[in-house]
Amino acid sequence: MSALLEIRDLSVSYGKVEAVRNVSLEIDEGQIVTIIGANGAGKTTMLAALMGLLPSQGRVSYQGRTLDDVDVEDRVAAGLCLVPERRELFADMSVEDNILLGGYTYRHNKALMRESFEIVYDRFPRLRERRRQVVGTLSGGERQMLAIGRALMARPRLLMLDEPSLGLAPLIVREIFRIIASLRDLGVSILLVEQNARAALETADVGYVLETGEFSLSGKASDLLHDPRVAETYLGGHT
Amino acid sequence: MDFQIAAFLAVDGIANGAIYVLIALGTVLIFSVTRVLFVPFGDIAAFSALTLAMIQLGRLPGTVLLLVLLASIALALELVSLARHRKWRAMPWAVLYYGILPTLPALAAWLLLGATLAVGWQMLLALALVLPIAPLLDRIAFRPLADASVLVLLIVSVAVHFAISGLALLFFGPEGFRTEPLTRAMFDIGGIPVGAQTVLMVAAAAAFSGLLYLYFETTISGKALRATASNRVGARIVGIRPGRTGTFAYLLASLLGGVSGLLIGPVTTLYYDSGFLIGLKAFVGAVMGGLTSYPLTALGAVVIGLLESYASFFSSQLKETLVFASLIPILIWRSVSSLQVEEEEEDIS
Repeated sequence: MSALLEIRDLSVSYGKVEAVRNVSLEIDEGQIVTIIGANGAGKTTMLAALMGLLPSQGRVSYQGRTLDDVDVEDRVAAGLCLVPERRELFADMSVEDNILLGGYTYRHNKALMRESFEIVYDRFPRLRERRRQVVGTLSGGERQMLAIGRALMARPRLLMLDEPSLGLAPLIVREIFRIIASLRDLGVSILLVEQNARAALETADVGYVLETGEFSLSGKASDLLHDPRVAETYLGGHT
Repeated sequence: MDFQIAAFLAVDGIANGAIYVLIALGTVLIFSVTRVLFVPFGDIAAFSALTLAMIQLGRLPGTVLLLVLLASIALALELVSLARHRKWRAMPWAVLYYGILPTLPALAAWLLLGATLAVGWQMLLALALVLPIAPLLDRIAFRPLADASVLVLLIVSVAVHFAISGLALLFFGPEGFRTEPLTRAMFDIGGIPVGAQTVLMVAAAAAFSGLLYLYFETTISGKALRATASNRVGARIVGIRPGRTGTFAYLLASLLGGVSGLLIGPVTTLYYDSGFLIGLKAFVGAVMGGLTSYPLTALGAVVIGLLESYASFFSSQLKETLVFASLIPILIWRSVSSLQVEEEEEDIS
């Protein structure tokens, strides 16, 4: 069986500066894969390139088909979805409208729309309570839930999450990671990019360590969690 | 100034304001979705009135030629861009959307040349001829610059305005036109004479504002427009194409602009370059809404209409000066009130 997403020698540059260099990665159906790394290692750049928001070199194939010449909007329609670091919500619109627009690619299928709404609201009861509220009035954690909920509404097969724990209180972070782990039941594969290495590795099956644009380590997430090189740099020195 | 005169000026001002409301709403719609301050938008209004005048005179409006010209350029650009990305299957759609649909009204106008049509049909034809202009200009001048700064887009927009008003001089000539009024009836409201045309202008402005509101609040395509205006990256990652919503915004705004042109045609003599000033005054109203708020924009446009009407009574030479000078207090008020908004935003994030 071929991988859901297969990346071979992906490079992304801003002008002459190469932010990501020759990285290769595979994600199988149903897997949670994490990329950990420090600030500025190129994690966000890599996800933006996979989404088609930035031009890149190298081979990327999704469901066995190359993603060259497939634009962002068609990638979304094919089930490749991104929850960006800055969330990029529609701030002056209601929670419900934000979720609704997550289903924009199949907007004419009302039955599927209703079904997806239920899936999202079942996962995030808090969003159901606040569905009439404007996004501007939500807390940071609720906004992150909404960003994930909006992406789920698009019925993703591969969900890419960029720093979902960024700027959130520890209790909320735990909640968010619990939700991410539970998305596996929906048959969604996940590519999780995180600075919070411990939580990410505890959630994921496979991990990669990105350092200045290149993978320095990779392996089973549970092995990486006990790897002294990872522990020293990313887990605060003690495991 | 006694009550009678004040009331008369108020009626006049509200009628002007109603026109500015339609044009200001269109300006805000285009700006918020595409980030283009569409300077030629007033020209679109003038084009619809002048096109109607030509149809009523039994001449072929120059708009026909303009449409064919713009559609050919837009289609060529689109086909080249599709070929470059090897999207062969999208080509028949491009021919339909950029080649056939925009030139259909032109074909209709050509076939109907010399036929006697009811005023309603003449207006519909004029409107259909004007609607595709702005979306085609968008494809030709602005789409290739989609990621440029607002300032660059504004400069291009000014250039497009000069090109369009030059073409208007070529097509319509330097003389002014008035179109046939839909009605000449007069009402007497509390001793103040009010023309039925005035009532029509206000009713149209109210109806179109209401429809626009319903469209934004209740339909998913309206919400997609708001989403594009609110966050372009956010819109793209849920599969909304900003280019396509942009085209839709231009079409919708052109409908507002075209209708306003049809409404002022019978009460004002319009020249090829009259649109610019109308658009500029509507813009002052839109600034009051910060180019984002539709209700404030509508209010601002009515205020500008009233201001212009009273200013022309006190000093007709200074009326434009007074209207444009009002930008200064509006900008001061905007910057004071938006400062607070920014602070709030910082608090949240």
